[in-house]
Amino acid sequence: MSDSAFITALQLIANFDPELLAIVSLSLRVSLSAVIIAAFIGLPLGAALALYRFPGRAIIIVVFNALMGLPPVVAGLSVYLLLSRAGPLGEFGLLFTPTAMIVAQVILILPILVSLTRQRIEELHGEYAEQLSSMSVSKARRIPTLLWDARLALITVILAGLGRASAEVGAVMIVGGNIDGVTRVMTTAIVLETSKGNLALALGLGLILMLLVALLNGMAYLIGEGTKRSLG
Amino acid sequence: MTSLSLAHPTCMPRLHFHDVAYQAAGQLLLGPLSLQLEGNHRTLIMGPNGAGKSLLMRLAHGLVKPSSGHLHWCGHVPRQAMVFQHPVLLRRSARANLEYALAVQGCPRNRRRQRAMEALEHFGLANVTRRPARVLSGGEQQRLALARAWLLEPEVLFLDEPTSALDPAAIRAVEDAINTFHHAGVRIVMSSHDLHQARRLADDVIFLHHGKLLEHSPADTFFQVPATVQAKAFIQGELMD
Ligand SMILES: Nc1ncnc2c1ncn2[C@@H]1O[C@H](COP(=O)(O)OP(=O)(O)O)[C@@H](O)[C@H]1O
Ligand SMILES: [Mg+2]
Repeated sequence: MSDSAFITALQLIANFDPELLAIVSLSLRVSLSAVIIAAFIGLPLGAALALYRFPGRAIIIVVFNALMGLPPVVAGLSVYLLLSRAGPLGEFGLLFTPTAMIVAQVILILPILVSLTRQRIEELHGEYAEQLSSMSVSKARRIPTLLWDARLALITVILAGLGRASAEVGAVMIVGGNIDGVTRVMTTAIVLETSKGNLALALGLGLILMLLVALLNGMAYLIGEGTKRSLG
Repeated sequence: MTSLSLAHPTCMPRLHFHDVAYQAAGQLLLGPLSLQLEGNHRTLIMGPNGAGKSLLMRLAHGLVKPSSGHLHWCGHVPRQAMVFQHPVLLRRSARANLEYALAVQGCPRNRRRQRAMEALEHFGLANVTRRPARVLSGGEQQRLALARAWLLEPEVLFLDEPTSALDPAAIRAVEDAINTFHHAGVRIVMSSHDLHQARRLADDVIFLHHGKLLEHSPADTFFQVPATVQAKAFIQGELMD
């Protein structure tokens, strides 16, 4: 049974099965959008947290650190409450759309990007601080400087966010609703197809998902090695 | 070669230390000491490891604040640059490092490339312009740090043991570069524990030992008739603690 499911799964992939392709491409669209948005917010925010000293900074850092482990279903539930008809943003009718899924994933991965960026930037600034002070570089000016100089470390941070976004199921399930052809992504499809006993499609999706995650990790590793060699 | 423009060519910047002391974790690390850095020459800060040379220079440059006493510049606060013992270079190409320093200073974008190239050429780095700064050799890195300092057009240049990790050829290149600054009228304040280097470069010497200022005298005087037994021992190359 599972042998034949495996073979069927490979056939689906090899034949570019349209249903499979649609699901994969929506997954990528949702998770990539979420990562790009979260990066635009999280990287400068993380760098600012690393550089500025203000009351409450420690609490913010601890909260972001804690939120790195935010369960996806909780992220999904909070966005659900915001977007549901009765919720504060209900009038926009975003629930059960890809947009809602993107919002939920942004919330899910933003803490990862903020916390890891803050750590990387703090490390780098430890090295650069006296030289930058010597050149009278302002705090605000240091943010783009350090983000650029930490670029390779930050790519692995972004890939970590993308990995978490593309592998989670709880958040997109709750706010997307796994609607066929509208909000069905790889993880929610796997859950559904498995429960229906359609193991071939589930397995095919699972293989692609694993491949994707392996690819991300491989890229992160290669970038790390490349950094060591080319930038000293 | 870019000419150096001094903001106040008539008035040489003069730095006063008044009973300056620096403490960390309740421990007195430097001072209290009073001294003046004036004139347009090359001051060498000497003393064994841990004497407080780097600390004195970081205080003078304003990177750390004294725990007690105060420093002030007479006249105006001059433009300054500092070259560190281990050059801190950005993770970018040699040229981009210089362009960054120019950008920070407000140099217009369309002039940066050319000025960076001139400085690279002047400091013998024309063949490594596009290489990542951090894979350059130790000597090249230090010359790049000097080229960057040059573009900052300082009136005062601080150098903290800039040659301590270099081989003789690289040391020579760095010393030549330091003299380029000197001849352009830049005030040099440099630390070293290398006696030969001090004899080659110093116009006057500040001698520190265990965080105390023991001597500040013209180089000839310091080397020929040191006033303290510690300086005498140091000059004779004795191992000190
Ligand atoms: N921030 C600091 N905290 C504690 N100790 C320090 C600090 N900076 C320097 N020191 C100590 O002060 C002394 C003088 O240091 P330094 O100026 O670096 O000496 P030098 O440059 O002459 O070798 C050393 O004993 C060093 O360990
Ligand atoms: Mg030192």
